[in-house]
Amino acid sequence: MKSILPVINEGKVLLSDGAWGTFLHRKGLQAGECPELWNVENQDAVLEIAQSYIDSGSDLIETNSFGGNPLKLAHYGLKDRAAELNEAAAAISRKAAGPDHWVLGSIGPTGQILMMGDVSEDEMLKGFRIQAAALEKGSADAICIETMTALDEATLAVKAAKESTQIEVICTLTFDLTQTGEFRTMMGHSSEEVVIALKEVGADIIGTNCGNGFSNMIGIVKEIRTVDAEIPIMVQANAGAPIIVDSETVFPETPEQMAALVPELVAAGANIIGGCCGTTPDHIRAIRNVLG
Amino acid sequence: MDNVIEGIALCVERGKISKQSPFPPDMKDQDGADEIAADAIKQGVKPDDLLDGCILGMNRIGEKFSQNKVFVPELLMAAKAMTAVMNHLQPFLESGEVKHKGKFVIGTVSGDLHDIGKNLASMTIKGHGFDVIDLGVDVPVDKFMQTIADNPGCFVGLSALLTTTMGNMEKSVKAIKEKYPDTKVLIGGAPVNQNFCDKIGADFYAADPQGATEYLKQNV
Repeated sequence: MKSILPVINEGKVLLSDGAWGTFLHRKGLQAGECPELWNVENQDAVLEIAQSYIDSGSDLIETNSFGGNPLKLAHYGLKDRAAELNEAAAAISRKAAGPDHWVLGSIGPTGQILMMGDVSEDEMLKGFRIQAAALEKGSADAICIETMTALDEATLAVKAAKESTQIEVICTLTFDLTQTGEFRTMMGHSSEEVVIALKEVGADIIGTNCGNGFSNMIGIVKEIRTVDAEIPIMVQANAGAPIIVDSETVFPETPEQMAALVPELVAAGANIIGGCCGTTPDHIRAIRNVLG
Repeated sequence: MDNVIEGIALCVERGKISKQSPFPPDMKDQDGADEIAADAIKQGVKPDDLLDGCILGMNRIGEKFSQNKVFVPELLMAAKAMTAVMNHLQPFLESGEVKHKGKFVIGTVSGDLHDIGKNLASMTIKGHGFDVIDLGVDVPVDKFMQTIADNPGCFVGLSALLTTTMGNMEKSVKAIKEKYPDTKVLIGGAPVNQNFCDKIGADFYAADPQGATEYLKQNV
């Protein structure tokens, strides 16, 4: 277990990795297949992704466990294998990361809505606990709860990770730019509400991921920084909003375009920078060159 | 009967499901959509008026949603209140006393497990008096094809949220259009836009549930 906070407190800006989901599809994962099952059935492909990000200069890499919540795995009939698949995910990333780089255990949303009564708080907590504990067991250095839009679910996930592990907990939400020019999550939460709620449940690092490209991320980081000057912020941006070219999903932002915005993102107050959907090792390398 | 229509519309717009539901706080202890609809039917109000109340309420909240004045939770609560009214209307829909405005088949395309957007569209369209057949998540194209065959004249809605499934959406739309060129296909979801809609040959891009509803009403 390696702590991230002391390094951030020294003033260093860290580089995380790029996309996993879109990368897995490029490696042959078919629509309708469970990505997390590859952690046991196609380990080499998963390891190659992890390794490619280490090779392009990532300080921290994530794990192939975004959909590893029992509630999501249930769709594939794999609910009972949640612990095994998450532990394997962390172990693969650790293999690539070695002792010198950080492994962030990825936890995505359950896809269910608490306020609609889709699922109970207890059931949700239980699923997040299983996932977080397994990621720690597989040697993740921190838990990275990401792409959240509902604050009740995000705070439950942070609580579960805090209770069931000894490692640091990151939580990032996805914001959209509204017609009034402010950022809100799909469920309507402002950055201020998000910062306050996540700090209250003990998140060590907060931030934003996915979205529609790097330039919006600068605006979101600025909003977070006006609420809190101290809390470490992580940003993992999509390579722009996707477009379709010849039946393929293409993310339009080039490594150069993303890298060009990095100084402004750092100036706005970001402490960890990386990519989300559509970003590749080339994007990460380009950002590495800017961060030095 | 205008006060019944307005009463239903208000409960739907504000998401007031029943007397005991705590949301919204400023309507605490007031009758909700459930009680107003039950009383109205007991008093002989035309079932169509209840549907009009639903449509009015869903229109109001749908517009606010389009303008980012409210967000997903408010729309979900409105849909829940609307469902409470629809439950009272169900016997009249079954007997044919209240006619559905049209038939709408919806699902997320294969490979996509996100269904918030689909559920919002599904509920909103139901609240506008359509017979909605919700095929759920991760729907293979064959299932869409079979449902269209079984429900001639239906509209079809495809939803996507994960960007990696957009290619599947294109395949599904093409397959449907090839066999059923007259079937109107709507698409929606966060990564989708008008350009994509034009490119894959879908009939309409719905930016939000309200947009989908407007299109359906104009094209029945």
